[in-house]
Amino acid sequence: MQVPAQFQYEKATSVEHALGLLGKYGPESRVVAGGHSLIPMMKLRLAQPQALIDINEVEELTRISVEEHMLRIGAMVRHAELLSSAVAGEHFPIFHDAEKLIADPVVRNRGTIGGSLCQADPSEDLSAVFAAIRGEAVIQGGEGQRVVPIREFFTGPYETVVADGELLVAVRVPIRSSASAYQKVERRAGDWAVAAAGAELRLDGDTVAEAGIGLTAVGAANFHVPEAEEFLVGGPATAERFARAGEIAAEHCQPVADQRGPVDYKRHLAATLTARALGAALARWHGRHQEA
Amino acid sequence: MEINVTVNGTVYQREVEPRLLLVHFLRDELRLTGTHWGCDTSNCGTCVVWLDEVPVKSCTVLAVMADGHRVRTVEGLADGAGLDPVQEGFRQCHGLQCGFCTPGMMMTARWLLDNNPDPSEEDIREAVSGQLCRCTGYENIVRSVRWAAEHEAAQEEVQA
Ligand SMILES: Cc1cc2nc3c(=O)[nH]c(=O)nc-3n(C[C@H](O)[C@H](O)[C@H](O)COP(=O)(O)OP(=O)(O)OC[C@H]3O[C@@H](n4cnc5c(N)ncnc54)[C@H](O)[C@@H]3O)c2cc1C
Ligand code: FES
Ligand code: FES
Repeated sequence: MQVPAQFQYEKATSVEHALGLLGKYGPESRVVAGGHSLIPMMKLRLAQPQALIDINEVEELTRISVEEHMLRIGAMVRHAELLSSAVAGEHFPIFHDAEKLIADPVVRNRGTIGGSLCQADPSEDLSAVFAAIRGEAVIQGGEGQRVVPIREFFTGPYETVVADGELLVAVRVPIRSSASAYQKVERRAGDWAVAAAGAELRLDGDTVAEAGIGLTAVGAANFHVPEAEEFLVGGPATAERFARAGEIAAEHCQPVADQRGPVDYKRHLAATLTARALGAALARWHGRHQEA
Repeated sequence: MEINVTVNGTVYQREVEPRLLLVHFLRDELRLTGTHWGCDTSNCGTCVVWLDEVPVKSCTVLAVMADGHRVRTVEGLADGAGLDPVQEGFRQCHGLQCGFCTPGMMMTARWLLDNNPDPSEEDIREAVSGQLCRCTGYENIVRSVRWAAEHEAAQEEVQA
């Protein structure tokens, strides 16, 4: 039987309250959101916080909204809620593609968007999703709020710019005309990715005007591949160029061999899934612009 | 710390350690052993119960997190008048063999039918995709849930 080490427990009722509690208990305290990464780590004693600050009752963190041309997703939004959100799916179908494949439906009832990003596991799907669509993290501390692009949010495996005493309160994404998609290969239903790729495209006529590529579980720096994005922008949106962008993406990642597969296989997946995600995003772009 | 949890409609007040997991609270403190405990790693789904309106894996929820909330376990499925159609479906269609996965499967199935009264085979398989059964090969679980869906629809027609 796996039992966490002892800790003190506090339920926060607001962001201010949570920040106060984090300040009171100091650096050995941790926020718990869905707990679906933290509690398993505590059971294995890989994490032994002295105090847990529960933010599940912080109502203000639970909303998905559109404000000033930004889609804003509160840190406590559950995976299941993002999956079923019409407004999120309408602007960024990549969320639906990815959320359908994150864990299983019961885990998705509990795990949160903020927890996923703060966990910063190299296999976390949403890290690559938000990197592809250039999301921004809204972080709050004693001094007020700051906004950090997701592409600068991760400082290493399991590490982010969120400092002791700070809270991720939301992720926001500028709403603009674009199309997006996510492709993942997993060993079985509900498993973490062997590899996955997210893509976003905006076209100007037949020319790629904006491209975003996010990669999961293959050691891409900060979960995205600027070299492949730069290659695409300014050129035609063709299958050949998407395949080449995939090759560039594969060259710029550093997968590690593990029980999910060897390095060359993961590199191959990175290339193939990048090209497929770009293809799927392109199809959505055309679908949308033919309707209009 | 002291917690108040409403389980299957009854309020229970207990003094617990913050590190106590919900599954052990239900089984060891409340003696509601219908909820099973298997992998301990949020993978098998035998520990699934409802927390408020949704199924969760209770081996990965702290009992203190349920303070002030409602929990529904397999013991709360039947309403006194008889078995829930989901339970009856598992009985009719041989939806269990050893029965270890069954409480979790039924809790998820109940939630599925509440949200989607006429699920396809694919919907059912997707809903329980985070739950393992080592006996049935899932075929009869799918049939059991379909049985429940069809009989619930029929019941509603009779009542209407
Ligand atoms: C069986 C299983 C399968 C899974 N499969 C996948 C998968 O395929 N793909 C995938 O991407 N993920 C998967 N996950 C992980 C899951 O998506 C999330 O990583 C997990 O639920 C984390 O979210 P949480 O809300 O549970 O975070 P918690 O476990 O509560 O927290 C995780 C970390 O983030 C910190 N934290 C949480 N919220 C905040 C905040 N607002 N501000 C500051 N710090 C915060 C915590 O202190 C902790 O360090 C799986 C999980 C399980 C259990
Ligand atoms: S015991 Fe909870 S998922 Fe296996
Ligand atoms: S009936 Fe034995 S595990 Fe499902």
